[in-house]
Amino acid sequence: MSDDPSKTQSKSQSVREPDGKSVVLKICQDHGNRPENLIEILHAVQAHDGYLSDDSLRDIAACLNLTRAEVHGVTSFYHDFRRVPPGKTVVKICLAEACQAVGCDALKEHAVQVLSTDMGTTSSDGGVSLEPVYCLGNCALGPAVMVNGDLHGRVTPEKLDSLVSGADS
Amino acid sequence: MSAVTVFVPKDAAAASVGADDVAVALSQEAQSRGLDINLIRNGSRGLLWLEPLVEVETPSGRVAFGPISVSDISGLFDSGFLSGGDHDLGHGLTEDIPYLANQERLTFARCGVIDPLDLAAYESHGGLVGLKKALELEPSAIVEDVTVSGLRGRGGAGFPAGRKWETVHKESADQKYICCNADEGDSGTFADRMLMEGDPFTLLEGMVIAGRAVGADTGYIYIRSEYPHAIRALNDAVSSFEQANLLGKNILGSGQAFTIHIRVGGGAYICGEESSMLESLEGKRGQVRAKPPIPAISGLFGKPTVVNNVLTLATVPYVLANGGKVYSEYGQGKSRGTQPFQLAGDIARGGLVEKAFGVTLRELVEGFGGGTRSGRPVRTAQVGGPLGAYIPETAFDVPMDYESLADSGAMLGHGGVVVFNESVDMARQARFAMEFCEIESCGKCTPCRIGSVRGKETLDKIIVGEDAEKNLAVLEDLCVLMTDGSLCAMGGLTHMPVTSALKHFPEDFGLARQAAE
Repeated sequence: MSDDPSKTQSKSQSVREPDGKSVVLKICQDHGNRPENLIEILHAVQAHDGYLSDDSLRDIAACLNLTRAEVHGVTSFYHDFRRVPPGKTVVKICLAEACQAVGCDALKEHAVQVLSTDMGTTSSDGGVSLEPVYCLGNCALGPAVMVNGDLHGRVTPEKLDSLVSGADS
Repeated sequence: MSAVTVFVPKDAAAASVGADDVAVALSQEAQSRGLDINLIRNGSRGLLWLEPLVEVETPSGRVAFGPISVSDISGLFDSGFLSGGDHDLGHGLTEDIPYLANQERLTFARCGVIDPLDLAAYESHGGLVGLKKALELEPSAIVEDVTVSGLRGRGGAGFPAGRKWETVHKESADQKYICCNADEGDSGTFADRMLMEGDPFTLLEGMVIAGRAVGADTGYIYIRSEYPHAIRALNDAVSSFEQANLLGKNILGSGQAFTIHIRVGGGAYICGEESSMLESLEGKRGQVRAKPPIPAISGLFGKPTVVNNVLTLATVPYVLANGGKVYSEYGQGKSRGTQPFQLAGDIARGGLVEKAFGVTLRELVEGFGGGTRSGRPVRTAQVGGPLGAYIPETAFDVPMDYESLADSGAMLGHGGVVVFNESVDMARQARFAMEFCEIESCGKCTPCRIGSVRGKETLDKIIVGEDAEKNLAVLEDLCVLMTDGSLCAMGGLTHMPVTSALKHFPEDFGLARQAAE
């Protein structure tokens, strides 16, 4: 993998700071290189890169003196962590009971159709990731949707369309 | 004319329906009219169907207007709302709105009232009284007061907080911890979020008191990643507390030390289970631990640990300030004090209702909630989150307390009430309960990991009428197995939505009514 020049190029762009120091190593260092901070570190690296690459996980494992299997185990356990880059716009639709009671299933169907993307996948042009979420804590104002981290309530199909096109522009 | 104080909530739910835009538009409109307003971003009052709820301070009290959209703002100014003038969206004095006036706000006394990060306002509204009292009390006396209050764990299990604290207090160890469980994953619940955004200092104060009571100098708040607003609010609140010497090595000169760390979860529902949360706090997969040992004896990093829900800890300052006895005078039976109920789903007036235990489900859904938002008849409500029972409308007279709900085959959980109208398909809801368990199971024990998958498959067969009687027997057997054999409440309670749906709504499963009873 490392001898693929395009991969090397993208790594140098995404995880190297101008001074040449790896962002991943710096994040681990900021967290004391302590294994109990692994989840915090994964969040921080993902916030920087958008996802967790194989290279990042290898570097994290080395910094924390964990095996790659251990880091993989934690990464794969939590729904938040991505192993592939997300779409430009991330749409999370709450599919839990309180939103079911006010029609989130129809909203989901609409989103899948309009965005041509299945739940849990990213559109082929990399524009939108559509993800299920089980409760955004907006249960009195459902259906609830989160678009690029912003919470929205009482989301109708029309409102979803405008939120997605608004986030796109 | 001096500046008029106007409140627009910063709460995530209010923001989800436009509160931030309303705040900006209000400021701009005031400026363009040459009016001086003092805009305060408060927490939410919990009258969520009225959000964004704009309040104006007047000599007779705060006057409410809502729900306000940006297009209403010019009209609001025209009607003279800054002096409490009449408007179609006006509701008179906020405190007199029946929804709020009929509540007993103890834990949520300040939520929606003050700027959540204004420490002076916090203090002038009764904050820090409990802490200052606690700093003068012997630790054992604090534990005693909490025991007397009858306060029980608000996360769902309902274990007496005083007894848990006493266990940790009596343990001798070089290090103890206070862990606040803010992984509020149950659908239909948002009280933790509202409190952390609307009055985060209360939670911190409760944790410092807990630390003094049991001899812990370090606390963690484990908060779910789905709550970015609350994470920001808590981080800011911790900084304010640190600057005011309310956290640190020598709190208010008392010699008491306490620090609080905020930890963000990874989107796993199971991490709301206490032992799974502890694993996650240690940086590991959030898999549940077998008990014993209980966390009070061997918890975070193997040390004695108090694990309490947000609402439990946030109620402690009230208990200390007013005395455990005063708190215990609310409620009934073994359910003492108040419970912040959350009305959600298809409900006309959704929001937060803090009431003494004993209010009936009907009073909550029909009285406070006003029935469905859709206008269709209510069919059922799921009480206590995804692992809670579906209670049919005919049984809504059940009093909302731990024991009464348990006696009727349901549970209080974290106090969430999700209302469904007549269009709900209960077979699908039962299937979803199994599916949710499949998605969120930590995978450690077989009954939960495999049972949920088999349960979903079996329900699929029942729904299409394939050997319904035989498969029903399989399903019932599975439910017993999962209940008795699972390590934690995830697998252990998944039967509750399934069997309650089957029992009360057999016709949705294609079964004759008596067959399932």
